[in-house]
Amino acid sequence: MASRLLWASRAASYLRISVFHRGFSSVIKDLKYADSHEWVKVDGNSATIGITDHAQDHLGDVVYVELPEVGVTVKQDASFGAVESVKATSDVNSPVSGKVVEVNEELSSSPALVNSSPYEDGWIIKVEMDNAGELKKLMDADQYTKFCEEEDSKH
Amino acid sequence: MRGGSLWQLGQSITRRLSRADKKTIARRHFASDAENLKKTALHDFHVANGGKMVPFAGWSMPIQYKDSIMESTLNCRQNGSLFDVSHMCGLSLKGKDCVPFLEKLVIADVAGLAPGTGTLTVFTNENGGSIDDSVITKVKDDHIYLVVNAGCRDKDLAHIEAHMKSFTAKGGDVSWHIHDERSLLALQGPLAAPVLQHLTKDDLSKLYFGEFRILDINGVSCFLTRTGYTGEDGFEISVPSERAVDLAKAILEKSEGKVRLTGLGARDSLRLEAGLCLYGNDMEQHVTPVEAGLTWAIGKRRRAEGGFLGAEKILKQLDEGPPVRRVGFFAGGPPARSHSKVHDEQGNPIGEITSGGFSPCLKKNIAMGYVKSGLHKAGTKVKIEVRGKAYDGNITKMPFVPTKYYKPS
Repeated sequence: MASRLLWASRAASYLRISVFHRGFSSVIKDLKYADSHEWVKVDGNSATIGITDHAQDHLGDVVYVELPEVGVTVKQDASFGAVESVKATSDVNSPVSGKVVEVNEELSSSPALVNSSPYEDGWIIKVEMDNAGELKKLMDADQYTKFCEEEDSKH
Repeated sequence: MRGGSLWQLGQSITRRLSRADKKTIARRHFASDAENLKKTALHDFHVANGGKMVPFAGWSMPIQYKDSIMESTLNCRQNGSLFDVSHMCGLSLKGKDCVPFLEKLVIADVAGLAPGTGTLTVFTNENGGSIDDSVITKVKDDHIYLVVNAGCRDKDLAHIEAHMKSFTAKGGDVSWHIHDERSLLALQGPLAAPVLQHLTKDDLSKLYFGEFRILDINGVSCFLTRTGYTGEDGFEISVPSERAVDLAKAILEKSEGKVRLTGLGARDSLRLEAGLCLYGNDMEQHVTPVEAGLTWAIGKRRRAEGGFLGAEKILKQLDEGPPVRRVGFFAGGPPARSHSKVHDEQGNPIGEITSGGFSPCLKKNIAMGYVKSGLHKAGTKVKIEVRGKAYDGNITKMPFVPTKYYKPS
């Protein structure tokens, strides 16, 4: 089962379409992923950051997003906020280092956007990157899909 | 009440992002991967119905099914929920002295219970602290049926056994039977009674909250208690394990899909909304029933006579008031979870949260915890600390959501 899914996801990413594995979680081709389940979308020196579909699916109904303040610095792999669901709290780490230039204020009133639109309306922060070289440490869509499958199979 | 920390459970099944945490979680999963997790008779049924199985108190249990915890919680109050709670330990104490025997260990007036009725009670230790909470039923004068928490099973049984040995050595007549041959289903919510009525000839409108009956349900002899852990009307049904899946299917079918399989996640939201304690979070070895707000469960005769473990301390607290009290909180900001610190408006520490989360029914954060006596009045303003920041909250009465127990009108 796992290997078939893997094959499907590889084929799908070759075709540049979104991949749905386990029938739930999608992974977007052009994003980069951290092993702590955040995604980053790079546009020049700007990085938009959120949590992945896989992460929101595991967390369940998100009821609160703790946002940092604009202007603070974040470090790669360090926590900058938290996402709370009905059942649990989860830190959110930054996949890159830099300065927070924008936060998604919408999440204060509509935290469930993280569930309904993890890659679009549910973005969390935008960061001006210090070092684009850090992106090399992150996974691409294929690697992340495989990573999730391996992590799930352990549980 | 009802064993283990669901909060820890939530932590262990969800992602944790800091590296240090990740290592501990990885270890926990490794340990829980071991094949020695116990399975209930409904295990395969849960999996077939989309149950997300997680380790809980040594058992593999569904934390949720396909419905989200939010949906499941709301559906329980609107329609109904069916829970597998077979991990909890059902126990019968038998013998002509089973009542005086049990009265040594719990705060309830067991002698005063009419046959076929029961109550929530607390097993106390020598210091007046709580070993466990339990729903006990007097079936007959020589038969007590009780259910203890899964997470407390081993220590409870050891405690009871030790006392039983010395009791019988002195000539007392009591023995036990652990109901491992049975499974336990909890059917809760407004549809619980109408649905169950389809499966039995007995008139359930004559069975009130806290009452117990042995009767045929779906063609098999069951122990039925009108009780639960959600604040709703409902039942706990002890059924021979080989017929448990049949009964679960029959209940779901008779409800025409309105009663949904519900996991431990929603169970925790429901009991929190109902203001009920989770043993291990809201009650522990060092917490007395008086501090926990369970003074009502200490029988009147027991208050006068004592005669249970820790009675001296507990009766003294009844007289002088306890140093801390369990209270409910409403709070803004992120949901306060267990171990969040509670401060007064000036920033002085006054207590700690023991359970908390977002209420699916009220759509706001609720919590329970302990504060110093005197600062426990409803309406008292507090600050609750979450991840280093203080958020405004206030003390409130519980339950948060009105309970709907079926009582004679």
